[in-house]
Amino acid sequence: MSRLLSRYAESVFWLARQIERADSLARILDVNASFSHDSSGSHNWESIVTLYSARAEFLKRHDAFTADAVLHFYLLDRTNPCSIASAVALARENARALRPLISTEMWGQLNSFNAKMKRLRRPDIAEPKLAKLCGLIKQECQTHFGIVGETFYRDEAWLFYEIGQNIERADQTTRLLDVKYHLLLPPSAGIGSPLDVSQWGALLRSAAGFHAYRRLHPTGMSPVRVADFLLFDRHFPRSILRCLDAAVAALAEMRATYDLHGGGAAERQLTNLRDRVAGDAIESVISRGLHETLDWIQIELLRTVDELGYAYFGVRPETTGDESSQSQSQSQIAAAV
Amino acid sequence: MIEHDIATKRASSAFPPASGILSAYDPGGFWCEMFGAATDPAMHTREIVERLGAMRMAELDRRARAGEREFLNLGITFTVYSDKDEIDRILPFDVIPRVISARDWKQIEAGVIQRVAALNLLLGDVYGPQKILADGIIPKELILGNSNFRQEMCEVKLPLGVYVNICGTDIVRGGDGQFYVLEDNARTPSGVSYVVENRHLTRRSFPDLMQNLRVRDVSNYGEKLFQALLELAPANIPEPQVVLLSPGTYNSAYFEHIFLAREMGVPLVEGRDLVLENDRVFMKTIAGLAPVHVIYRRIDDNFLDPDAFNPQSMLGVRGLMRAYKKGNVALANAVGTGVCDDKAVYAYLPRIIRYYLGEDPILSNVDTHICREADGLQYTLDNLASLVVKPVGESGGYGITIGPHASRAQLDDCRAKLIADPEAYISQPMVALSVSPTLCNRRIEPRHVDLRPFAITGKSTWVLPGGLTRVALKKGTIVVNSSQGGGSKDTWVLEDDA
Repeated sequence: MSRLLSRYAESVFWLARQIERADSLARILDVNASFSHDSSGSHNWESIVTLYSARAEFLKRHDAFTADAVLHFYLLDRTNPCSIASAVALARENARALRPLISTEMWGQLNSFNAKMKRLRRPDIAEPKLAKLCGLIKQECQTHFGIVGETFYRDEAWLFYEIGQNIERADQTTRLLDVKYHLLLPPSAGIGSPLDVSQWGALLRSAAGFHAYRRLHPTGMSPVRVADFLLFDRHFPRSILRCLDAAVAALAEMRATYDLHGGGAAERQLTNLRDRVAGDAIESVISRGLHETLDWIQIELLRTVDELGYAYFGVRPETTGDESSQSQSQSQIAAAV
Repeated sequence: MIEHDIATKRASSAFPPASGILSAYDPGGFWCEMFGAATDPAMHTREIVERLGAMRMAELDRRARAGEREFLNLGITFTVYSDKDEIDRILPFDVIPRVISARDWKQIEAGVIQRVAALNLLLGDVYGPQKILADGIIPKELILGNSNFRQEMCEVKLPLGVYVNICGTDIVRGGDGQFYVLEDNARTPSGVSYVVENRHLTRRSFPDLMQNLRVRDVSNYGEKLFQALLELAPANIPEPQVVLLSPGTYNSAYFEHIFLAREMGVPLVEGRDLVLENDRVFMKTIAGLAPVHVIYRRIDDNFLDPDAFNPQSMLGVRGLMRAYKKGNVALANAVGTGVCDDKAVYAYLPRIIRYYLGEDPILSNVDTHICREADGLQYTLDNLASLVVKPVGESGGYGITIGPHASRAQLDDCRAKLIADPEAYISQPMVALSVSPTLCNRRIEPRHVDLRPFAITGKSTWVLPGGLTRVALKKGTIVVNSSQGGGSKDTWVLEDDA
């Protein structure tokens, strides 16, 4: 019988999500600074805030979507639970609770990553230094993933890591795709214009998929093909379908190898989502509406997280609020912040 | 050339007999753990002194800094909380080891085993027939009126009859070269993780210093502890589940809890992970409730069970005491061991040893004046300026007045407290604590040290051959507690003194 504490399982799950989130965010900020320009040629920082549905939170703290304000909000602001600084601090706090379980290397790297984030001040995030800083954050996140791959004992705790990472990654990809499609799809006149092509290129770069896409499609940059790639490509590590496959496999293994049947509802939920995505095609997605499809995927992912909470983390259904599956449960956060 | 010869001669006849970066070292008249005393020079450290002396200061300093960074990165830290921020501090680590001869260790080990045996017999008695009280060896009210005495424990039968499974004994060496026990930590003594981690660090940073020296291993502490805990499990459980119960990540000793859980391969649980059903303890796992049989708890009695003790406790487990009393779960240490931590009970320990074991104490106490006794109080008041006055119930070095270092006002304040509440204090002569060469700002200087060996008791008592050497880093001070600016040293117990 598994002796894994529910609290540990929940912490592993969220640790994976938090680092995945920090990684995605660093990519998005980086690409936005390097490649994204609005029609007047200046960087459009507002789109990032919209991407994460954080306008209200942002406007509580800032008046305008300036580079400085957005970068501070997402890099340093510890009052913003969605900032990289917060994600890394929460991940480190989870790792601290998990120290009896995880490798010394895994803890040590997150601890020093968090210390580096804590040392950052406003001058360090100025736009000219941004590429270097985002590079450093990505590198730290990838170092983390590498250490996890090399040192994490492959038991049921590992499966929670897999599920957390893939659910978060799928969610991040839906958001990335959604904002570009939703906000930046230019009026029909603009489709295929150099500006439009550069924006879709930037989108691919933030998912580290530009070169993979080019291998498949050596010429051209069509929004439909990019969306197809990010949704359905089973070989691309950040495609939604590939992430769903991985999470479903981990849930199945939990049942098959570890005799854990409590997660049946979560497994059914996620398998159903995966099967429906797998049976879909980009043409019908576009005709139904890409935004609606992405929204539906996000909601289904949230439901899966709820089911996981009831099954494994000791979350009671009546305590689930609207935001519960988006971030770690209150008891966990209270211990961290 | 002639001058050089004279200098060498002088050095060789001088005390301490050291060269290189140790040549300017002067223990200042104190007993030195590295060099002994001029009248009784240490022989067991000659090889180490030679190797250390041959190092360059810049190199020693570089390695010391690298070591501190490593501790910080690995999170071998305790956390200090301020208003909004949290600061991770390392227990400052001094790179120059404290070396204990095989001969000295033999005495310390036997002395600690003897004390632990006496403490366990005392607890079994005071929570049982109370013969020692009836025989008038210790004043009744000292035990029964003690705030750490747990009425709930009377007539509770414990596995193996052992109350103190883990004990940390604080020992110092005086100017006469003799060891003295300062106090017994019989509740939840901490610091053993530093013993092991300090050794790991020394092995990594100073392989050249340790090479081929027969230093006894300290790495099997977790195994020994786990074995002793298994011995406490209720009978007829094929695979007892042991857990470590921690107050959580906010506790300043959290690193040690992690360390011990990992070394033993057992879950580190918090109160919220445990639940009681039918007076049995379970932990909440992803597969449902799993039974728990032995708890190494790092939570004070008071917070253990809101039903039995402090009802405000958020850290404990409701109903735990009921399961414990029924023998469904074992706790280490037992509830109620705090009576032996008391500094007034300490004063009686030589008499307690003689009473139960019929032996003379192998390790002496520091001469202690019990202020609850009229003579003791009078003596203390008359000699305040030369005594150390300690509150009986405190730990961590808090509330101590060191007469020879105190100002007029501090002495007056202490006098007033003594008169108002004599039972709360004891006094002791100031021990000329031994020193150990310590790296301070790129110089090697004498600093005062103590020693806390750790003893584990299941069916028998085992003492980890090593211990936590705490060092008072501030010049001249004798308070070694980490909460008061103390650091630590790796402690080497030699296999033999040849």
